[in-house]
Amino acid sequence: MSISLSLSLSFLALAFGDLFPNGIEHYALGGLFVGLGVAVIYLGTAIPAGASTFLESTLSYASGLSRFQQYRPSRDWRVVFTLGIVAGAFVYAATFQSGLVSSSLHQPATTGEFLEVGGLTLWLTEVQPWRLFLGGVLIGIGTRLGKGCTSGHGVCGVGSASSASFVGVATFLLIAIGVAQLVAALGVNP
Amino acid sequence: MSAEHEQHSLFLPLVFVGGLIFGFGLGFSHMAQPEVVLNFLQFEDFGLLFVMFGAAVVTGITFFGIKQFRSTAPLTGAVYGRRLKTLDRNVVIGGGIFGVGWGLSGICPGAAYASLGVGNITILYGIAGMFVGAYIQGYWRSASAESDAPATAAD
Repeated sequence: MSISLSLSLSFLALAFGDLFPNGIEHYALGGLFVGLGVAVIYLGTAIPAGASTFLESTLSYASGLSRFQQYRPSRDWRVVFTLGIVAGAFVYAATFQSGLVSSSLHQPATTGEFLEVGGLTLWLTEVQPWRLFLGGVLIGIGTRLGKGCTSGHGVCGVGSASSASFVGVATFLLIAIGVAQLVAALGVNP
Repeated sequence: MSAEHEQHSLFLPLVFVGGLIFGFGLGFSHMAQPEVVLNFLQFEDFGLLFVMFGAAVVTGITFFGIKQFRSTAPLTGAVYGRRLKTLDRNVVIGGGIFGVGWGLSGICPGAAYASLGVGNITILYGIAGMFVGAYIQGYWRSASAESDAPATAAD
């Protein structure tokens, strides 16, 4: 990262401190990595990879339902893509999260629970399992019906200037904000 | 796309490396933490905007820029195209259902896989839920598919 970019990010962090209580460097840099991961696959293959098709394509290994069969040709690489995502996050856990590597651009986690396992710092959420499971069911239905998720629509689709993706992102963002605020107002925490 | 794309010896390694960078970014930006996503949705920290739009800027430059230099991808021979889906009622209904799930849980598919990588085994509740949900919609849509035109691939 260049010094000028770093300086301008710091300036933005000062100007918008209230909106960004944890700074923005790690968000912006993490986002660049997310985009770079998609770009690497796209440059080599012309495939704009999203994360949610993995659910249906992987179900095709176990289910004969016609809906899943269309994903048979892509199911193997989608498994590899997902394993790559898990492995990449593990690399993060083994380096920055465990304190082996540190940087002024990195923000340590301030939420959840930590678990030390032989020099490795694991991070666990405190969001309740029922929220994760019920949310997961709705996500499984919604992303598949709605043709994409935060990476398919939000990163690949928006990057493609796709009108369907702009509508998809606006819809799920606005609804999610309303639901999250409602759940918090009802006193559910975390 | 078809299965022959996978026969190039570098296809799967490249997809893995791309996933690795993608997952590292989700870990580094804390998107693997549902609490951070919920803080965004509750207007307590707007950092998530930098993640999603930072990523979209990189993909946008890549998607539009590569066409200046070549028309087909080296590993697949496929033509470089944009990710375009048909805008119909399903985009809004499905997006709305996804939004309810995202707002309730603070997770989304890519971030959930990454969350497993940072050690969050509790996320398995969420990933299990996603498979259940994907199966439910597959069951519904397979039942009604006989009368419909063939569905198009979604991401």
